[in-house]
Amino acid sequence: MKQFITGNEAAALGAKLARVKVVSAYPITPQTVIVEKLAEYVANGELDAEYVMVESEHSALSACIGAAATGVRTYTATSSQGLILMSEIMFIASGLRMPLVMANANRSLSAPLSIWNDQQDSMAVRDSGWIQIYCQDNQEIIDSSIQAFRIAEETLLPVMVCFDGYILSHTAENVDVPEQGGVDKFLPPYKYPYALDPEHPVTIGAVGVPEYYEEFRYLLQEAVLKSKEKIVEVGKLFGKQFGREYGLMECYHTGDADVVLVVMGSLSGGVKDIVDEYRKQGLKVGLVNLRVFRPFPAKELAEAFGGAKAVAVIEKDVSMGSTGGLFLDVSVALANAKKAPLLLNFICGLGSRDVTAAQIREVVKSAVEAAKTGEVKEVVRWLGLRETMVGLK
Amino acid sequence: MSKVCKEREKLLPGAVIVEPGCSERTETGSWRSQRPVVDEKKCTGCMICWMYCPDIAIKKGKPVKIDYKYCKGCGICAEVCPVKAIIMEQEGKK
Amino acid sequence: MVGIERDDGGVEMSAVPDEELFASGHRACPGCGEALAIRHILKALGKNVIITSPTGCMEVISTPYPETAWRVPWIHVAFENAAAVASGVSRALKILGKKHVKSVAIGGDGGTVDIGLQALSGAFERNENLLYVCTDNEAYENTGIQRSGSTPFGAWTTTTPIGKVKRGQDRPKKNMIAIMAAHGSPYVATASVAYPLDLIKKVRKAASIEGPTYIHVHCPCGPGWRIDSSKTVEVAKLAVLTGMWNLYEIERGESKLTFKPPKRKPVAEYLKVQGRFRHLNDEETAKIQQMVDKECKRIGIE
Repeated sequence: MKQFITGNEAAALGAKLARVKVVSAYPITPQTVIVEKLAEYVANGELDAEYVMVESEHSALSACIGAAATGVRTYTATSSQGLILMSEIMFIASGLRMPLVMANANRSLSAPLSIWNDQQDSMAVRDSGWIQIYCQDNQEIIDSSIQAFRIAEETLLPVMVCFDGYILSHTAENVDVPEQGGVDKFLPPYKYPYALDPEHPVTIGAVGVPEYYEEFRYLLQEAVLKSKEKIVEVGKLFGKQFGREYGLMECYHTGDADVVLVVMGSLSGGVKDIVDEYRKQGLKVGLVNLRVFRPFPAKELAEAFGGAKAVAVIEKDVSMGSTGGLFLDVSVALANAKKAPLLLNFICGLGSRDVTAAQIREVVKSAVEAAKTGEVKEVVRWLGLRETMVGLK
Repeated sequence: MSKVCKEREKLLPGAVIVEPGCSERTETGSWRSQRPVVDEKKCTGCMICWMYCPDIAIKKGKPVKIDYKYCKGCGICAEVCPVKAIIMEQEGKK
Repeated sequence: MVGIERDDGGVEMSAVPDEELFASGHRACPGCGEALAIRHILKALGKNVIITSPTGCMEVISTPYPETAWRVPWIHVAFENAAAVASGVSRALKILGKKHVKSVAIGGDGGTVDIGLQALSGAFERNENLLYVCTDNEAYENTGIQRSGSTPFGAWTTTTPIGKVKRGQDRPKKNMIAIMAAHGSPYVATASVAYPLDLIKKVRKAASIEGPTYIHVHCPCGPGWRIDSSKTVEVAKLAVLTGMWNLYEIERGESKLTFKPPKRKPVAEYLKVQGRFRHLNDEETAKIQQMVDKECKRIGIE
């Protein structure tokens, strides 16, 4: 059934349809509406769940682990500072192989304080062992949220569903909301195989003595890498049941492209328009909208680039002291390739700085120039920067 | 060297341990430098020593029996015995 | 919970369950007061529990992979979040309809009084159905005897060493009973490893009450308090007999002593048998006596 809803509402609906049983709620802009909506559902009896109004995000995820380990489906949501505060527990959650699902409304990181959008927050926790899925619109938010529960429970890994704060979280779009019956069929009942139960006492969270620690970290890495297959499988099954199939990425006009742009999240909508513009002019530009960032689909991405001469990674984050975080992974994917395209990195949109068509055209121009000359003059450039303010002009 | 549970060969996700109380495979009695010796005639079977053993190394009975596999030789039992029926001796004596 | 009380309210030792839910082979130091407390707490609770521990001595000595000393379901997540994890456990048990299973958190003083206080406060404010037991050895013993908010006034620790300018812990022990009672908890109590029957009775009572309940157990630590491993119980007893640690409970706001020392011994008798207090001069000892006198008067011990 079609509903005109915001990204936050879509996320909350996804959790409701998944019949989560414990919701850990802590407010933070711009995700707050998610926990408010869930509070409404619980108060109205629409969602039969325990609603835990924890006193911090750190406790939010901790309570989810306690509940998930005892044997029920859980959910929480956060952004930015909350995500970072939670991050200690995020690493533990993956190490403990807890099947959790969390929404992250992408928001910038302090300091300076910013409630506005970029992807620095989720990028900062990319090492945490969580599967990371990025949504380009509100349809994807609800669809990926539902898929996330199945992925988490069948891989025993925690999954975060990311979507741009304000741009998606607070913007309403037409969304085809899956029917409850369909979701019930798609999501089998929650099962954690080592549930805390007096009938079968288990110990969860033992000390990883040196004789075993490296092996457990290896096994976690193996599980995260292998989850790629499950993500694809679940995306296909979702397509069969609901008519919308999902994969690791969306390739737009990449088949014969000389220049390929790479983005994650809501940027893709506007960038597709620019790609269309250039294609009309006869320029072979393509776009990869990366949906799954962790596990990083290095092989598939390299294949998607095909014979492109230049790849421009456009992202809303910086790994301070290096380049953009997505750029780092793309570079690794192409390391040792026999014929790798030239790589360019564009940092944009920090703190909701507008990403304009003009800026994207600059990106294409630079990439085309690099492809032509075989040289990259400046590997990393910042778009939309007020250059006079920082002394660059 | 401690003997370990059969779970050693089966690394479960998240390092979960499914055999309760398998710490018993480690015989902490090897830690001792002194050992409690029960005077069987003096022991009244009051169970106070049993109550206060942090290592569950005293078996109920009259007299009580020390489980030397696990006893770490802390000496609490000798201290709390109301009739001084337990003496601490140097390990390796006799 | 089956009562093990006599008609006079005392507990019969012969009624203490034989079943051991904490196994031998754990790696606690010889004479460990906290390990002893765990043993008693689990005897009090029985097997229908889910235990959450924060990082600390007990967590580390009881679960060196691939071994575990726990014969009940047990989870450890991090240092500061035991009460939050236990809240999640409690909510899940409610949903699963497992009314006969209790969520119990057992944490040391570091993980409870300091870094764990926020999660604990949140859980109690939310009226979560769980029992929180703090096994207090009065310092961050597991990391090598550093001061915690529960280290008593005057004590030596590695971060409150005795020097020319500073001489030991210069703050009094944080009053956790008052704090948890102020949260409106239906039952909070102190206990001691030297009084196991009292501890068992209190744990059973606290576990049987629906809502957030709290017990604070005094547990000597040989290496941390600089006492011989054999003196754990004796020192814990002296704490109670000198008024340095008092046994009382607060049930729905009503305070009640559960043990009154016949004639309170001077604190010096407790302090002088511990290496961590060896440096105390007469003036410092008198100050501690004064603090103890004040507290005892407050709760009704002469």
